[in-house]
Amino acid sequence: MLFKRIATPLVVALVAGGSFAAAVQAQDKSEFFDQAEYDRQIQLLDAQPMGPEGKPWLQSMMDNYRDTSQYKKEGPWVVCFSQAGIFNPWQVVGNQTMKEELKLHPEIAEFIMTDAEGKDDKQIADINDLLASKRCDVLMVTPNTTAALTPAVERACEELPVIVFSRGVATECPVSYITPIGGYAFGAQAARFVSENLPDGGNVLALRISPGVDVLETRWSAAERVFAENEKIKVIGAEFTNDDRAIAKSIVEDYLQRFGKIDAVWMDAGATSAAAIEAFEDIGADIPIFTGEDQQDFLAKWKEEGLTAIAPTYPTFQWRTAVIAAKMILSGEPVPGPIWYLPQPTITNDNLDKYLQANMPPQHYALCGCEEMDGYPEQWGGSK
Amino acid sequence: MSTHQHPQEFVSPRWSLLSRIEPIYIILAAIILAIVLSNPIYADYGPMMQLLRRASPLIILAVGQLFVIVSGGFDLSVGSLITFIVLLSALVLNTHPEQVYASIALCLAIGVVAGGLNGLVVSVLKVPSIIATLGMLLAYRGAGLYLSGGSARGNLPDAFRAFGRETIYGFPLALIVVLVFGAFAAWTLHGTNYGRQLFAVGTNPRAARLSGVNVTMVRVVAFIFSAVSAVIAAILLGGFSGVSTAVGNGYELQAISAAVLGGAVLLGGRGSVPAVIAGAIALHALFTLLNIWGFPKPMRDAVQGIIIIGAVAYSARRG
Repeated sequence: MLFKRIATPLVVALVAGGSFAAAVQAQDKSEFFDQAEYDRQIQLLDAQPMGPEGKPWLQSMMDNYRDTSQYKKEGPWVVCFSQAGIFNPWQVVGNQTMKEELKLHPEIAEFIMTDAEGKDDKQIADINDLLASKRCDVLMVTPNTTAALTPAVERACEELPVIVFSRGVATECPVSYITPIGGYAFGAQAARFVSENLPDGGNVLALRISPGVDVLETRWSAAERVFAENEKIKVIGAEFTNDDRAIAKSIVEDYLQRFGKIDAVWMDAGATSAAAIEAFEDIGADIPIFTGEDQQDFLAKWKEEGLTAIAPTYPTFQWRTAVIAAKMILSGEPVPGPIWYLPQPTITNDNLDKYLQANMPPQHYALCGCEEMDGYPEQWGGSK
Repeated sequence: MSTHQHPQEFVSPRWSLLSRIEPIYIILAAIILAIVLSNPIYADYGPMMQLLRRASPLIILAVGQLFVIVSGGFDLSVGSLITFIVLLSALVLNTHPEQVYASIALCLAIGVVAGGLNGLVVSVLKVPSIIATLGMLLAYRGAGLYLSGGSARGNLPDAFRAFGRETIYGFPLALIVVLVFGAFAAWTLHGTNYGRQLFAVGTNPRAARLSGVNVTMVRVVAFIFSAVSAVIAAILLGGFSGVSTAVGNGYELQAISAAVLGGAVLLGGRGSVPAVIAGAIALHALFTLLNIWGFPKPMRDAVQGIIIIGAVAYSARRG
């Protein structure tokens, strides 16, 4: 039996190969720190937004409106959108909100969307295809990763007005980069909350989604600095979960085994907060200080267990803003730029009840700015 | 390579007793002792049960894999089948959360079909199992990603998650599932006519065929056993951590590692259910120990590679 002779070495080779690949994966230290931007974001947290009351997706935290009369065009328009992908619940909620916003604009005759499925190379090709088609009046981009997409966005800027949101690029060529106040503010708020609630210090575990995305790197680099200022705080680990519940839960369990006690879990995003909390429940440990985001499952757990928690947000209502910005630019109306800072509300014990929506699915983001829209709540998976 | 003969070793009387104990039990005892010494909390009932609960999906999967290994094959498709089943359950239960038991029955039926398909491709189309199940691995992975659109969608209700999370008087439900499944597997392999035929097929398929064994049927049933074990493991894992697109990653190789650690001989003809259960617990406990000692996660993969090579070399020398 020739096959029998080769089968075992084949299995062994499979295992060994996989092992080697996993073992050489290195983690880079954050290269994403900019002191001036950090200071600006911390300041903006206390600023008064401009724009219509109660409609944060139309507001701006700064008076930096720029002229767009050069882009003014007769309608109807073709709006193009190169999307990084729909691979997490935040993007699912955002997409739904964007779809509903599009229904409000009859002057947008056509909406052409490409989905890069989370791959940089596909997104670069997508953007080139959209430019080559010569059909777009404006291009919206949600970059998959910062560095890889920068050249493609720069090429697009030479041909038409570009709007970037969700994640950033390393260029100021877009007419407007739409972002909530930002990652430094997000990360620092959560880290300060942990630091202030641990007067005697303790073990802090940091859970991150994945490396190389600016809006996530800034969150961690800000938190790292806040924790470094407090010598009683010991960061026992910073691990990547890939936004996966099973990975997040087993990482927390591993750290519980190794250290016996975790006093706080700092997270750069909330999709796996509820899974991380379960690790403490299953082992019968008290749930420590937690930071999360505006997902319903986390907010419900917070309320139920009376947690010491905070949720900085990265509001999904920015998906509305992107469509509105496209319309404003093609109408020649001034828009905030090169960066449009949107408000970034924070959920605390004081306003938790306002954002807790029992009729919405567990991974719905409370800050969708969609409650008044036509399809709400059913289109977002909720019930009346 | 093993030469499928029973060991005819010469041993001095002093060693005879020790050599009759399967080495895995000694290895398991040593690892557990090391864990308790490294972190005394594991001497407690609660944390020890927690450790066993986390090992439950691997135990079930390794026992299922044992059937295929005894028959002389491999089943590499179980890891991505786990992921597929978890994603499918989440989608089904998201719209009908009350249909927990119906969806579990559906998943078990899918397991029977998936295993039967593997078995038929191997037996009838004569595709070597390592290739056939590698193809299936890719098919389930693709199907899972297609179903979910690349991200975990839907939701698993608490009734579904109970098997992976709940305890009865401090005793995890998952371990009850392990005990029932393990007892049934041990009886099937070591106490029935089917079990004897499976060993015969793994030792020498031609001789088995000539003595009237229905080799195709025996192999198909072994693959069905493996796929159903993957479905049960999926229900426990989904219960344990909720919806996830990475839930089954790497489990096929963990199951094979656990089985060879438990003394199953790759390419067939030898293995026992209790020893493989011990092998699965030992592998999981070893991961726990590496973690307590502060080794990073990728080390586990490297350790698994060494285990498979070591166990195969050991059984080749013994065989």
